[in-house]
Amino acid sequence: MSPPQPALLTVEHLTMRFGGLVAIDDVSFEAPRAKITAIIGPNGAGKTTVFNCLTGFYKPTAGRLALRHPQRGECLLERMEGHAIPATAGVARTFQNIRLFPGMSVLENLLIAQHNVLMRASGYTIGALLGLGRYAAAEQRAIKRARYWLDRVGLVDRADWNAGNLPYGDQRRLEIVRAMCIEPVLLCLDEPAAGLNPRESAELNALLSFIRDEHKVTLLLIEHDMSVVMEISDHVVVLDYGRKIADGTPDAIRNDPAVIRAYLGEPEEEARP
Amino acid sequence: MHANHARTPFDLGAALKDAGLVAGIVVLLTVALVGARVQDISSGPPVVFRFDDVIAAALLAFVGRFAIALLRGGRPRPVLIAALAFALGLSAILVHGVTSAGPGLTRLLPFASPVINWVIAIAAWILSARAAWLQWHATSTLDAEAREAREARMDRLGAMVQTWARFFGPLLLGVAVVLPFLPGIDRRLLDIAILVVTYIMLGWGLNIVVGLAGLLDLGYVAFYAVGAYSYALLALYFDLGFWTCLPFAGIMAAFAGILLGFPVLRLRGDYLAIVTLGFGEMIRIILLNWYTFTNGPDGLSGIPRPTLFGLPFTANPPEGQASFHSFFGLEYSPLDRIVFLYYVILGLALVTNLFTLRIRKLPVGRAWEALREDEIACRSLGVHPRNTKLTAFAIGAMFGGFGGSFFATRQGFVSPESFTFIESAMILAIVVLGGMGSQIGVVFAAILLIGLPEVFRELNQYRMLAFGLAMVAIMVWRPRGLLAHREPTVRLADHAPGAADAAPEMRT
Repeated sequence: MSPPQPALLTVEHLTMRFGGLVAIDDVSFEAPRAKITAIIGPNGAGKTTVFNCLTGFYKPTAGRLALRHPQRGECLLERMEGHAIPATAGVARTFQNIRLFPGMSVLENLLIAQHNVLMRASGYTIGALLGLGRYAAAEQRAIKRARYWLDRVGLVDRADWNAGNLPYGDQRRLEIVRAMCIEPVLLCLDEPAAGLNPRESAELNALLSFIRDEHKVTLLLIEHDMSVVMEISDHVVVLDYGRKIADGTPDAIRNDPAVIRAYLGEPEEEARP
Repeated sequence: MHANHARTPFDLGAALKDAGLVAGIVVLLTVALVGARVQDISSGPPVVFRFDDVIAAALLAFVGRFAIALLRGGRPRPVLIAALAFALGLSAILVHGVTSAGPGLTRLLPFASPVINWVIAIAAWILSARAAWLQWHATSTLDAEAREAREARMDRLGAMVQTWARFFGPLLLGVAVVLPFLPGIDRRLLDIAILVVTYIMLGWGLNIVVGLAGLLDLGYVAFYAVGAYSYALLALYFDLGFWTCLPFAGIMAAFAGILLGFPVLRLRGDYLAIVTLGFGEMIRIILLNWYTFTNGPDGLSGIPRPTLFGLPFTANPPEGQASFHSFFGLEYSPLDRIVFLYYVILGLALVTNLFTLRIRKLPVGRAWEALREDEIACRSLGVHPRNTKLTAFAIGAMFGGFGGSFFATRQGFVSPESFTFIESAMILAIVVLGGMGSQIGVVFAAILLIGLPEVFRELNQYRMLAFGLAMVAIMVWRPRGLLAHREPTVRLADHAPGAADAAPEMRT
């Protein structure tokens, strides 16, 4: 066995205030490399705010977000600009309310995720306009990568559809594989199972396990669907009112009295009089 | 035939009320615009009230609306009879009015302007055709489901036009190329053609900003002005020719675009529109007030005409120089210059089009479209929103600048008056009407908006009213533009699967 690696992402004393409202209050946790870490908690606990801090949509009031990139060394996410976080630190995300490019085709959605690679290959447009460089080959590679991921989620046949015309479950999966097309080291998924039926939920679990095991991507997952959380996550962080109230393996969390009180609730037969 | 089929109850009271309401709105709209007319004080009272047009308009609106209500209620027969009779009668009187000079029957016409009468006659024909269709096909196609079907049909039409454009485009281009040599083309028509092609080019330029990148720019004319003045000033101060200045004018306009874009492109939607509107006015006011440099409201005159590889288009070239006609041993014709100008703008427009078609398939073009669709998602994928928008803005501005310097060399004179907001609005209307992002749509819209008003000159003060009416109609029936249909820039189907299941080299 290899010696225990340091965690990919270390969040230390993350605090986010909006005026007088403290959305996240001194939260620290780690996301181990190539593992799935779930962040759970009741509505308004600050889960999405953590994601927005990680992906540069908010500048945290205080705290340190250190990502140990295997190639590029340590990146301090709180100091980086929003668009640089996916581009250089390799942090990808999906959104609670799906954000595809609905008027563009499925394939185009996946090519935009490879924008920076293609942009360099096209010589920042000028080269490709003049017919120089290796843009055509780069585009072929990008399409190949897109096809690989479309194949994973069974969307090859619908690659030329408008993304907005896909059924809901497919849109969710497309958003995940689009995020994977930027070749991330950390993938943050905001409620990926929301609105999915049990069969789609099971497919999602398989996809996420595949991403973790085959591509060695670290996953960070906000989820309310306990079947997803308990089945696939390796590590669970529980937030309540912006504070971390528990942190551990799924089994430990399931039996943690503080978590049960705040979020999971009493067992069903006792809850119903 | 299907007279008793699904005879839905018809609410006569509601229909009358609705028709009355519409007639009331028409009265409100027309009473000030059409009913009251200001005239020269020497020939009588300052305001003349002429309500006959208002009454005619209100009556027609009432009858028309009631007819539509009847159609919707599944009662096509009375409408068919009435509309057909009306259409026949009106057309007959109009034709009679054309062929015979006397007043006679023409007194029965609802309006004084023959164009409006013809429009009404055509509307009546359409109404009767619709009624006839309903009479013999029985099902009303005006419910929600049918509307969706119509929407899909219109979309298919857009797709069809797009497919046709592949064959139709070269044909149109061929016509455009031989246009100056077609029989019956005179100076006036060629001037209109130059105007239309100029607007097509500006439309294509703005289409990059509005259609692809989705940035609502209400001040596009500012870049047009920068291009025009760049050329005019460079030519007058440094004695440079058109072809030397053309790239500079483009660069200056692109630079102006970056200068404006850098601070304001963080704004979205309406806010951006307002700032660009302000910028357009700012440029115009600077040109108006910087008297020592731009000659202010007097404008700049004596701007050199373009030359063909140094050959001017003049009857009497300076001593020791050849001009176009003497070099080629032709008879001098003042039309030569106009034909040459036409080819210059046609070439510029084609460059704009080819550039747009090409860049749409490049990553930066795709990123523009993605930004239009969802900026937040773009950021989460590592697309730099500001830089990407800036490139769109700068490139759009550059084509505006090219157009501007062409304008300057065509007119030989520029003044701030040519660069008012109405120009921006016109170019934007062309883009929106044509269907955002549709290249062929811009061509049709430019012909429609620039070419037709020349035809409709006779309508004079109603011209803008008709323009507004057309815009409203488009917004109601085709909110995404006439030919809004997007083809993907790349298709998976065109790329052989090959190693579909072999993973591309991935980081582990």
